[in-house]
Amino acid sequence: MIRVVLPTHLRMHAKVNGEVTLTVHGAITQRSVLDALEQQYPVLRGTIRDHTTQKRRPFLRFFACQQDLSHQSPDAPLPEPIASGAQPFLIVGAIAGG
Amino acid sequence: MAGVRILVGTRKGAFVLTSDEGRKKWDVNGPHFAGWEIYHLKGSPVDPNRIYASQSSGWFGQQIQRSDDGGKTWEPVDNTFVYDGVPGTHQWYDGTPHPWEFKRVWHLEPSLTDPDTVYAGAEDAALFRTTDGGKSWTELSGLRGHGSGAHWMPGAGGMCLHTILLDPVDPKRIFIAISAAGAFRTDDGGETWKPINRGLKSEHIPDPQAEVGHCVHRLASHPARPNVLFMQKHWDVMRSDDAGNSWHEVSGNLPTDFGFVIDVHAHEPETIYVVPIKSDSEHFPADGQLRVWRSRTGGNDWEALSSGLPQANCYVNVLRDAMSVDRLESCGVYFGTTGGQVYASADAGDNWTAIVRDLPAVLSVEAQTLE
Repeated sequence: MIRVVLPTHLRMHAKVNGEVTLTVHGAITQRSVLDALEQQYPVLRGTIRDHTTQKRRPFLRFFACQQDLSHQSPDAPLPEPIASGAQPFLIVGAIAGG
Repeated sequence: MAGVRILVGTRKGAFVLTSDEGRKKWDVNGPHFAGWEIYHLKGSPVDPNRIYASQSSGWFGQQIQRSDDGGKTWEPVDNTFVYDGVPGTHQWYDGTPHPWEFKRVWHLEPSLTDPDTVYAGAEDAALFRTTDGGKSWTELSGLRGHGSGAHWMPGAGGMCLHTILLDPVDPKRIFIAISAAGAFRTDDGGETWKPINRGLKSEHIPDPQAEVGHCVHRLASHPARPNVLFMQKHWDVMRSDDAGNSWHEVSGNLPTDFGFVIDVHAHEPETIYVVPIKSDSEHFPADGQLRVWRSRTGGNDWEALSSGLPQANCYVNVLRDAMSVDRLESCGVYFGTTGGQVYASADAGDNWTAIVRDLPAVLSVEAQTLE
């Protein structure tokens, strides 16, 4: 079971409270986790990754296990504690704007 | 019982204000979508409980929300706005070509006849349409394909398509306006478009006869006379009596002809409203006095309306989509400010009261008249 923490705006938009838990098949990567997230919550499509390019939106960052994974390949394996569910995958809004 | 519902979009959420036809006591409901920018909300003319909202965020992009119960509950619909074909480039601020990039929806205009059909005005400037209640959006790419698109340039607020006027007489005729490209019209339901900017004069544009490049802030018309258009341009209040084929200035005795909003009385096609703003570098009313100016002659002769509005130390702005009128017998006029006030007049502008005073900066105001 993969744990994902969404920023407040997206929790509100997806109508969820607290962490989201996902079942992800195959390799645990940013892409597979986000694909599973959008499969479970279709309203999140386009909010984290651009609809067309599938790139991370500029003011969002991905953190896990005290690491900034934002610039890693979307197909790189995520740390083992994410895959095991010991640690959550954090989607964080950059501290910017008003 | 008749009443009014005011849909207010703000920098940090949407608010729904309701009253009976007396328009003295208001219920304030919100914020909906707290923390998100709500550029615009508008209800279907044929099904007022069907409301569409443009919800956006610099972090999370664009959402479109739909309500089928008058704004009590909402469901997100499709948020995929993809330009048709290869988007190409427009002109950037420095004169270089810049790729077309979708940023947000500024304005939603539901069809006059079908609650499932809605037009969406986007930044970077383009017109989209849904015919299935928001489940999918398709660009009407003939607008960008007009041929002048490569020369369009953003205004200071972005290259936004902010005005959509649907002709109630001719269903194939639509007027739109883009900052800072100008006004355009289609006569074939959106297949082809032509610029309608003849007569506009914009300082610092090298060619005074330029087909495009004018910073139109807002268009308005009365349903009974769709060929008569009123325009608040960056500077100048303009009028066209021939569906935009030609324009002439009607700023008359306004203290300043810079501004953003313009609207038309619901029952008097020659009665129009503007809120003069001091200048393009000082986006607030002159002398700290907030005044709506009304012309009962379709322009040129204007009177200041100040009863109930702050007449000292007021330095708010009124943005382009933030004025609306209701259709009750005594026409109500409403506008919102960047200071978070929403003002209402139940007597066509003679007297004003604030419905609310401390909302986030108001981006849009739409009045719905409930039968």
